[in-house]
Amino acid sequence: MTSFKTNQFLPMIKQSRHVLVTVIAVFFFTSLILIIAGAPPLAAYYHIFKGSLGSWLKFAHVIKAWIPLTLCACGLIFTFRIGLWNIGIEGQVMMGAIFSTAALRFGLESQMPAMIISLSIAAGLVGGALWALIAGFLKTKGEVNEIFAGLGLNFVAQGIILWLIFGPWKRPGVASMSGTEVFPTHLWLSQLASMRLSPPALAIVCVSLILTALILRYTKIGLNLKAIGSNPSAAYLFGLKPARNMVLAMIFAGGFAGIAGSLQVVGVYHRLLPAISSNYGYLALLVAMLANYNIWLVPPVALFFACLNVGSIQLPMALQLDSSLSGVIQGALVLATLGIHGWRQKRAKTIGHRA
Amino acid sequence: MQIELRDIHKYFGPVKANNGINLTVDAGEIHGILGENGAGKSTLMKILAGFSNQTRGEIFIDGTAVDYRNPAHAATLGIGMLYQDPLDFPLLSVLDNFMLGQTDSPGSEKKKLSKSFNALAHALNFLLPPDAALKTLTIGERQQLEILRLMALGIKVLILDEPTTGISSTQKEVLFNALQKLAAEGKSIILVSHKLEDVEALCDRVTVLRHGKITGEMNRPFDSSGLLEMMFGAPPVFPPRCSETPGMDVLVMTGVSGTGGRAGLKDCDAVIRQREVVGLAGLEGSGQGVFLRIAAGLKRATRGTIRLPGRDMHRQDHHAFRNEGVTFLPASRLEEGLISGLSITEHFALQESQDKFMVPWQEAYQAAEQQIANFRIKGLPASAVEELSGGNQQRLLLSFLPANPVLLLLENPTRGLDLESVNWVWQHLHTYCGKKTSIVFSSPELDEILMVADRVLVFFNGRIIKGVEASNTDAQELGRAIAGKI
Repeated sequence: MTSFKTNQFLPMIKQSRHVLVTVIAVFFFTSLILIIAGAPPLAAYYHIFKGSLGSWLKFAHVIKAWIPLTLCACGLIFTFRIGLWNIGIEGQVMMGAIFSTAALRFGLESQMPAMIISLSIAAGLVGGALWALIAGFLKTKGEVNEIFAGLGLNFVAQGIILWLIFGPWKRPGVASMSGTEVFPTHLWLSQLASMRLSPPALAIVCVSLILTALILRYTKIGLNLKAIGSNPSAAYLFGLKPARNMVLAMIFAGGFAGIAGSLQVVGVYHRLLPAISSNYGYLALLVAMLANYNIWLVPPVALFFACLNVGSIQLPMALQLDSSLSGVIQGALVLATLGIHGWRQKRAKTIGHRA
Repeated sequence: MQIELRDIHKYFGPVKANNGINLTVDAGEIHGILGENGAGKSTLMKILAGFSNQTRGEIFIDGTAVDYRNPAHAATLGIGMLYQDPLDFPLLSVLDNFMLGQTDSPGSEKKKLSKSFNALAHALNFLLPPDAALKTLTIGERQQLEILRLMALGIKVLILDEPTTGISSTQKEVLFNALQKLAAEGKSIILVSHKLEDVEALCDRVTVLRHGKITGEMNRPFDSSGLLEMMFGAPPVFPPRCSETPGMDVLVMTGVSGTGGRAGLKDCDAVIRQREVVGLAGLEGSGQGVFLRIAAGLKRATRGTIRLPGRDMHRQDHHAFRNEGVTFLPASRLEEGLISGLSITEHFALQESQDKFMVPWQEAYQAAEQQIANFRIKGLPASAVEELSGGNQQRLLLSFLPANPVLLLLENPTRGLDLESVNWVWQHLHTYCGKKTSIVFSSPELDEILMVADRVLVFFNGRIIKGVEASNTDAQELGRAIAGKI
């Protein structure tokens, strides 16, 4: 048992090194783009840094982005572990938000707001999990690739949100892209007044991280996911059921994504918005990949992404760059991540051949 | 033109696929290369065709050393190869496929090439419609097209790798006539095959390979039993069979057909009894693999019934078979049997009761330690399975076998193992005979089957064409049977 534990640290160090290489590549790519765009890279980085970590308030903004990113990445670790590409995570976030909003609307008149808020987060979990379940069944029963199923379901979820905002849940008077009516403050998740940061949300993220780590490490579910993800046909011979475990992994991913969507409603926007998911699901795919599917590398990587995301909002104002540049930088980030990922896999393959 | 291979070696890591091969083929000669699957025939021919490069050794054309590194270069020297699966473009027409690689000019030379296509096809008696889409052709016709294309490229040495698999007997006759005609024109033909009958029917001279080495040569007229001995070699020593009295019927297959492999499985009737060790002989893909997989519930039978004691297993999955005490060990250990990336401990953890919620790491670690000692596996509980040697992987797989299985299905259980490991494996497997377990295994080694099995089923082209007690037969008879001669 002891040797098993100590052996865990060496790969951790190796993985951290890979992350570092990726980060350097990301900086190289983004610098290149900044130079092409005519902006001094160092000044740009300075502004991104200042814009994300320059004050407690800005850091609070970063944490607000970090929360859904980390939650979604937690869920994605489950699906990646069994070899599924859960692109549908974006729709699962949206469904979480929808279910959560529905629960809050149901409890508008309630005398027990704390219970309604808890109920709403639980509803978000269920909504995300159900949406993921559809993709899971399409994959296992209908032989539909989870990437296409997820992508399709993302559009459907977005459609449902728009329909709700402009239809049944529209504001009294005029429906608008700014979303449904804001909920009364007693249905807001409690916040630190000065920083608009919510301790319960942070607590949920911490619990999610620990729970994910424990499930993957110590439960049969975690071992089964790893076995099936590494070799489904051998795992089947060992008596495991690949289809059932795939659906299970999807439920976990959808559940965490649903909570993320729910927290965006009860903790951040206090209403349903068309862009409630803010692409955090897609970004979380990159977080999980960059973290090399290691749960303990997820929080720092998610923080890095959140900093870039929040900090680059400053660029147009500070350096008179076109506002689309922040999108370009994020795109470069994506490419660098994928590039390093592919390179690492190719290297692993050639090393495997040599052995 | 004359081709000479001198001291050709080809290593894949520690595996010596070719180990010091010398071979001369004269102009106008039809030369057969005979050997079992894995004897190194295809490897040698791929080197000759420039498809892969030798580790060591030289190739001479008409006495001059040549050094080429790819098939295109080999073709300019006059060496061309017809692969087991023709390398062509299914969506193009027959004529388009013929024209590929024959013209450098930007304009169309369709007329000219169409003429040469017709002339060549007529000369070899290949009836191919030039405008038909290639995908509508049979394998045999695609083969004919490929031969025409190679001839148009000016090939003087034609290598054919197992050309008679998957083609009809009429096509085989057309092919053989064409090859004889080409040889009469002074071209050298090299026919690679594991089928005795083909080689005997066509070749002037035969070279036999076994385990990457030449074990003999023979000129026409051939002595079949001599060739068989060269192919299968002198028998290694296996632990003797255990010869328990067979008990009740365990596995009963009636009229079972299935797909897969080269030939599928056709209309198979078989009964396996308690305490019996049954060896499945046959060339690779003759149906024994499909048989094992259907018996394990890993493949669905398209027709027929399968029964285990007291239960009809029709349309049941492998897990249902498992619950009835059927265990299957695949030949490809790392691809199908073990899970790369998982440690030995994790493999044992997977097998601890599935309904537990927590992984019993402590028990799994102890089980791993204990079985590593019991099975003398060179590895640690924390070793990843892909780091183990083939022999140790097989020992590990055997250590997973349940204590009292009803039926053990083993696909080539001693594949790639050295003699010591082979002996060890069978000594271990024989301990199951005393426990009422039936063992069914496939093996390409006839000696292994003869030594350890009580009964032999011979597969040919998807059918069981022979079933005998191992004590009533010998390697010669089985060798003829696996080549389709009963």
